[in-house]
Amino acid sequence: MIPLSWYLIFAAALFSIGLFGVLSRKNAVAILMGVELMLNAVNVNLIAFWRYLSFETMAGQVFAVIVFAVAASEVAVGLALVISVYRRRQSIVADDINLLKY
Amino acid sequence: MMSPLQVIFILVSAITLGAALMVVTTRNMVRAALWLVLALFGVAILFVLLEAGFFAVAQVIIYIGAIAILMIFAIMLTRRIAQDPGPQINSTWPLAAVIALAIFGLIVLFIQGWDKTMSTPPALPDGFAPLSDLGVALVSANQYLIPFEVASILLLAALIGAIIIAWDRK
Repeated sequence: MIPLSWYLIFAAALFSIGLFGVLSRKNAVAILMGVELMLNAVNVNLIAFWRYLSFETMAGQVFAVIVFAVAASEVAVGLALVISVYRRRQSIVADDINLLKY
Repeated sequence: MMSPLQVIFILVSAITLGAALMVVTTRNMVRAALWLVLALFGVAILFVLLEAGFFAVAQVIIYIGAIAILMIFAIMLTRRIAQDPGPQINSTWPLAAVIALAIFGLIVLFIQGWDKTMSTPPALPDGFAPLSDLGVALVSANQYLIPFEVASILLLAALIGAIIIAWDRK
């Protein structure tokens, strides 16, 4: 069978790749994609812990459901912001969205 | 000697991580979104390996069916940027790579030092129905009713907020 640590290391790698995308990408939609990868890594961890450590209690699955809801909300609001910013400034490059910096 | 499940896990996780790397490095945004779909499919297969079939289905329906398609719509609505010929990545990307690698190394270090990383999952008892248990857990007042309702209200508020933010008032 598959050891639990394989799932944990896979999720850590997926999380780090998503973090790299969030930190290094210019396009706002690409930053949201990085966040999606990070949330998926969290979900893999939650389901793996549920299966290996406490499959009688449903806590891991319940939290995975909540992560799904949070991911859907995050992407809905994020893409609405992207479209709104694009309409006003003709750009979705994160470096150009600096009105609040000054 | 590796068991077939282990071979499947290694193949699926390698494909998923490769697709995830393409998501964060591809220059063309539409291709990045398609790589994201592949990565999400890989995670859905891992949910099947973890005997959480409901989450595999939810992953395909919510992440691939809704979120990835919504992202492709957003990319097409902001099309001029998707074909931007300049670099798609910050000049500080080496620092980002160092931070990501450092966090990966730290997590792996913690996993190595943890004694509960068991090699086989406990066997599921006969007649064990995680889906109905999950449904009961989500609506039982002494279990997870409040977090479930909070998540529902968060989703409702986020969708109303998204409509208001994206509204063209002109």
